[in-house]
Amino acid sequence: MANLKEVRTRIASVDSTRKITSAMKMVSASKLRRAQNAIQQMRPYAHKLHELLENLSGAISQTNHPLFTQREEVNSVLLVVISSNRGLCGSFNSNVIKQINHLTEVTYKEVAQNNKLHYVTIGKRASEHVARYYGNLILAQDDLTEAPSFDEISNMANMIMSKFAEGNYDKVEIVYHEFRNAASQVLITETYLPIKPLEQVEENDFPTDYIYQPDRDSITNDLVPKILKIQLFKALLDSVASEHGARMTAMHQATDNATELLKDLKLQYNKARQAAITTEILEIVSGAEALDN
Amino acid sequence: MLLEVITPEKTIFNGETTQVQMPGIDGLFGVLHNHAPMIAVLGAGKIKIKDENNKFQFIEIKGGVVEVLENKIIVLAD
Repeated sequence: MANLKEVRTRIASVDSTRKITSAMKMVSASKLRRAQNAIQQMRPYAHKLHELLENLSGAISQTNHPLFTQREEVNSVLLVVISSNRGLCGSFNSNVIKQINHLTEVTYKEVAQNNKLHYVTIGKRASEHVARYYGNLILAQDDLTEAPSFDEISNMANMIMSKFAEGNYDKVEIVYHEFRNAASQVLITETYLPIKPLEQVEENDFPTDYIYQPDRDSITNDLVPKILKIQLFKALLDSVASEHGARMTAMHQATDNATELLKDLKLQYNKARQAAITTEILEIVSGAEALDN
Repeated sequence: MLLEVITPEKTIFNGETTQVQMPGIDGLFGVLHNHAPMIAVLGAGKIKIKDENNKFQFIEIKGGVVEVLENKIIVLAD
């Protein structure tokens, strides 16, 4: 039987751990709400932008646009990886890191061997991993996960687009968590550039006769980079929301486990306490008995 | 007519107006009630809004696109 004092110390320590995890859970829940709001705020913009582009897509000569061009040989690749700055969020970061390793060592093995696989990272966990094992980290923007800013993302997207257009990279992929709901996040890897050809919308019988200013082509050329910026921004917001969701779930689990452990420890403590009392009574009684005789 | 000014981070303006002036890339232009459908690219500048009480409001933008359709104006600002 464990001794009383030992059990009491363990109870105190598990109790304080439980307080910490449940506080972290609460913090994540409120951050999650904010992150979810941010995504919802962005949706009307993305939706409207898409609608506009579809209206215009008839005119676009997609094959000539540099960002639409599929390269025949993929000799150099840029990976954009979004992780988080902090841990304690379950398998969130380790999934990202596993995916980086897989892409580097299996999918783009040859590209990596020729030193043509470069990385852009958001979030310390991925940045540190890439810097330590692979190098070729051309940009690390760690503070973006704390405060997603569209301006910063738009600079980053501009840089990526110009490097792609100049031919520095043949393909750009993003790795990030897509937010489904608070309990489920899915890690996805999607091709960012070249842009997948847009689905042609069927011309309806009475198309709205818009006045275009300046003209259809220039408007489309103006909209395409916007769509790309929005896509990157959405990936960031999704990832931030996923991080808080993952942390909330992980902390919820930890709190539950601590509660369970606390229950067992209390039982053990009470058993030990009762045993101690019984022994004490036994000692007193036998002492008194000895005196009587 | 209804005006919405949306940025990727939030909706800045959503309400009734009687007259809107916007900075097109070729110069300022105004939109009144029953304007023809239009899509235009905007440059940097101020959107001037005249609301139902004839009061003016200004919104600074760095650029964007505007769609005018059936008395609904949607500005996608940067």
